[in-house]
Amino acid sequence: MPSTPDIQKLRQLCVELRQTVLRMIAKAGSGHPGGSLSMVELLVGLYWHALRHDSKRPDWPQRDLFFLSKGHGCPILYAVLAFCGYFPKEELMTLRRYPTRLQGHPERGSVPGIEISSGSLGQGLSMANGVALADRLDGRLRRIYCLMGDGEIQEGQVWEAAMTSHHHRLDSVCAIIDANQLQQNGPVKSIQDIEPLADKWRAFGWHAIEIDGHDLKAVLSAYDEAATIQGRPQVIIARTVKGKGVSFMELNPAWHGVAPKPDELDRALKELQQAGIHSS
Amino acid sequence: MENKPTRDGFGEGLLELGQTHPNVVALSGDLEDSARAVWFKQRYPDRFFSVGIAEQDMIGTAAGLALAGKIPFACSFSQFVTGKTLEQLRMAVCYQNLNVKIAGSHGGLSVGADGATAEALEELAHMRTLPHMTVIVPCDVLEAKKATIACADYPGPVFLRLGRSPVPILTTEQDSYRIGQATVMRPGDDVTIIGCGLMVAHALQAAQQLAQEDIQARVINCHTIKPLDVQTLLRAAKETGAVVTAEEHTLLGGLGSAVAELLTQNHPVPMRFVGVQDRFGTSGDPSDLLRVFHLMPEDIVSATRQVLQVKPATLSSRQPAKHS
Repeated sequence: MPSTPDIQKLRQLCVELRQTVLRMIAKAGSGHPGGSLSMVELLVGLYWHALRHDSKRPDWPQRDLFFLSKGHGCPILYAVLAFCGYFPKEELMTLRRYPTRLQGHPERGSVPGIEISSGSLGQGLSMANGVALADRLDGRLRRIYCLMGDGEIQEGQVWEAAMTSHHHRLDSVCAIIDANQLQQNGPVKSIQDIEPLADKWRAFGWHAIEIDGHDLKAVLSAYDEAATIQGRPQVIIARTVKGKGVSFMELNPAWHGVAPKPDELDRALKELQQAGIHSS
Repeated sequence: MENKPTRDGFGEGLLELGQTHPNVVALSGDLEDSARAVWFKQRYPDRFFSVGIAEQDMIGTAAGLALAGKIPFACSFSQFVTGKTLEQLRMAVCYQNLNVKIAGSHGGLSVGADGATAEALEELAHMRTLPHMTVIVPCDVLEAKKATIACADYPGPVFLRLGRSPVPILTTEQDSYRIGQATVMRPGDDVTIIGCGLMVAHALQAAQQLAQEDIQARVINCHTIKPLDVQTLLRAAKETGAVVTAEEHTLLGGLGSAVAELLTQNHPVPMRFVGVQDRFGTSGDPSDLLRVFHLMPEDIVSATRQVLQVKPATLSSRQPAKHS
């Protein structure tokens, strides 16, 4: 965990991760690019700043935990884990193809660093609560982060779990909502409106922090703020753009679960490269 | 001996585990009194978690506790803890192969007056199809206690199906118990009756009745429906040549189906199935319901007579000496 993160370096890292994810999904021929691209900064902020972890000791009992509840976003998690050294980067290109360890939705323990299986939406927060309750019994001090999609929180289990986190005052639990505005069949707003998000979580007893999820500085300080909150769980509501960084994917529902074709991949990679140059 | 419900055995077993296994914790969806986990809750309040009437979250929370090294027992009515939660049991518990124990009280028709919505009649089928899941239906209070204690040291997901109604005590404190090892409750070589739960008592009564007609029925208590005790069941099929199964559960996908899957591929013999037809339960006194749904000893007797009519004569004529 760098004490003073070099934002410029992290930004460059985000570009490389986005490019990697697109290459992975293009090679696989299927996958969910939009929901991976929207949470790049959120994961970079975690793995290069907030999360206490060590890729050389993936089973370290005192490590913080990251649960990806929106399992379809796993390409970016795989990429992040490989960049952190949990497994070889070359393996990323095996995504979704038998006999890969990198399934289309993550399987716990398939590669070091994947802490839970997910893919059936709405289940991660309950598991995070369970770990937090066990940690409290055992006097283990660590944080458990659980990232969900905005469409995902339409699942009723999420709100059952939200009540449990609050009832048991699980302040080691930090939920992250990748509010990228779209779900499979269109805008979240038109399919089943979930707003006002922050008010809802506050009404459930949570400490809510609302940020621009692509603003790295805001992401880092949201994690810092959340870690200081005692006596209640925290939620970071990250306003993001599905498909972020690729103009023709941004906020386009068609890119929820489609792989880019070779020419589309080329265009996307070039766009990201250009943007990366301009930002540094 | 006094009849007792199997849920009491679960409560007693859990209480004992509280003492012997510091990592055992319990959860309930506001039914800990019914499921008898309340005894554990009173003794170990810090290790008991109520999640409210929210079974899906309960299973997910149990999975999280197991991820962090605990041995959680999640309990509720059998219908709710398996039905509402099938997806959570599938992904969070079974796919991750976590050490979560599920206790379903009020299984079967013997819930009685509460009626169809609370009467779990399909859950053995649901649980049996989940990879990694072990499925246990104890026959009496003592076996329920032993099964509860045994599953704490049996890694992986386990489903325990328990009953609300008092049932006869068929086993003794001294009887050994092993998950996956069926018990021959009565010897016999003419036909085998394989039961689970309260139907084991009915099978024994049926066997007594059949003995008066000079039919010696072997009665097997198949308390573990998954994994099946292949050896004991195959030997019984080979030695008796005809099988009747008996369960307080739909005929689709439960004990009878499991036994048929085994025998048809390895040693096919004529079979008959006693269980609930493809229908829901209803309100009533448990003993009346068992009669209405044809789960009584006499129903097992008539199924046995039927199967003996189609049992190949060659086998019948090679029957070994009758047991006295």
